[in-house]
Amino acid sequence: MITGTPKPIEEILEMVEPYDNIILAGCHGCVTVCRVGGEKEVQVLASTLRLAREASGKTIKIREVSLERQCDPEYVEQMRPYVNDYQAVLSIACGAGIQFLAEKFTTTPLLPGINTGFLGVTERQGEWAERCQGCGDCVLHLTGGICPVTRCAKSLFHGPCGGSVQGICEVDKSIKCGWQLIIDRLKDLNQMDNYTKFKPFKGWSSARDGGPRRIIREDMI
Amino acid sequence: MLPCTGRIDESLLLKAFENGADGVMVVGCLEGDCHYVSGNIRARARVKRVYGILDTIKIGPDRIRMYNLSAGEGSKFAAYANEFVDRVRELGPSPINLVRSGQVHAVSQKEAT
Repeated sequence: MITGTPKPIEEILEMVEPYDNIILAGCHGCVTVCRVGGEKEVQVLASTLRLAREASGKTIKIREVSLERQCDPEYVEQMRPYVNDYQAVLSIACGAGIQFLAEKFTTTPLLPGINTGFLGVTERQGEWAERCQGCGDCVLHLTGGICPVTRCAKSLFHGPCGGSVQGICEVDKSIKCGWQLIIDRLKDLNQMDNYTKFKPFKGWSSARDGGPRRIIREDMI
Repeated sequence: MLPCTGRIDESLLLKAFENGADGVMVVGCLEGDCHYVSGNIRARARVKRVYGILDTIKIGPDRIRMYNLSAGEGSKFAAYANEFVDRVRELGPSPINLVRSGQVHAVSQKEAT
């Protein structure tokens, strides 16, 4: 899922300061699962903003909305009939959702209520960890299902660097060495031949280096 | 009135303040004694989060408190209720109610956070 963290209330209050009539839009997708931008978070943030604003003597009207997904046009369009009745939209979806709203509703200021994080997994309740950088050229079949692009701090492709000590990355003691994980896993799978296979260098043109990416599926158009 | 504190979430607690409450007392079963296993533990975490929110927006974290009791502790319930009401009376009306009643000029947004 795409993960995120709430922006500090102070920062959000500063963003909404010029407005007294806004939409607060959540999303039922990833941000609901990671408890940062779903229906419940919309309710809590709306109440918090109303209380803080009322205490400052400048009330704010907030329409609470939760779209199925803010990254799909059919759901975003559900806001069109009323979006112009409001001065701004505060979205607590991921950065993709917020930008999509901004693209669709060009005359309405869009404000981000969360800081979008990464593509990750829920390791335990309340703890998420990055697993994929969307490099566009997956090699997980060769690396025991552990991504060297994401799990190695340097995104190395030929094994651990000199900073790997007893399975821990030199970047931070809380980070396991991605390549140590890969090698341990390949040994468990009896696939160490994958490690010694010659592989051509990775092409990064499918990653972010080529600028904003686009997928076009002719079979679906 | 909710039959189980496990149903309480942050938005319900904040709504009480929006609706004019000066304080909110959450009373759950004794920890380890929840009929639904962890309802009161979850409530505790939610109350804690609201405590943080009220602190941030200067409504005052002491306006919310959770107590744990068994259904057979009526006198204790009364004592806790009196204690909490006394505490809230000491704190006075919430900043929201002061603004609504016109008793004070609104604080600036910076002062409110």
